Amino acid sequence: MAMQAAEIEAMIQEAFPDATIEIEDLRGDGDHYAATVVSQAFAGKSRVAQHQLVYKALKGKMGGELHALALTTRAPA
Amino acid sequence: MSLDEATKQRITKEVTDNEVVLFMKGTPVFPMCGFSAASVQILSHLGVRFKGINVMEDPAIREGIKAYSDWPTIPQLYVKGEFAGGCDIMKEMYMSGELSQFMAEQGIELDPAA
Repeated sequence: MAMQAAEIEAMIQEAFPDATIEIEDLRGDGDHYAATVVSQAFAGKSRVAQHQLVYKALKGKMGGELHALALTTRAPA
Repeated sequence: MSLDEATKQRITKEVTDNEVVLFMKGTPVFPMCGFSAASVQILSHLGVRFKGINVMEDPAIREGIKAYSDWPTIPQLYVKGEFAGGCDIMKEMYMSGELSQFMAEQGIELDPAA
């Protein structure tokens, strides 16, 4: 069972209320997305830590229903 | 994501005994997934010698590595025993030049001509 872009966005938004989020469906199969997430929550954190926060927001879906999420994260400039 | 003690020790040994380890799907010569293939290419371009571990042949490692690093996907790069990221982060660091700088800081020999 694949995921919808809106569902991914909603889960990330819930965890990062201040975030601006862009989701791109890379292949139209509901399995391969790219996401750019900009949030103050990432400030001062390593890339690994930033991505781990997003994976937690996806509550275990990453690597399961969601096969691929090319993730770009940063704090607001 | 489960991680039994025996698997944890096996992973620890691999990332301790080898300076650079890539837990991947397939092998460096025959990667079985686009992200693993991209990661191998990046390391090869930098001329970094690394050990590729094929998680497809080892279900305990395939699941255990995700709990070990608290990272839900494969491939996973380890440098000097520390988790350094998956394919996204490797790409981003490679494009910005940070990856070669990071490797140099970790005392990893780069041989771009390789």
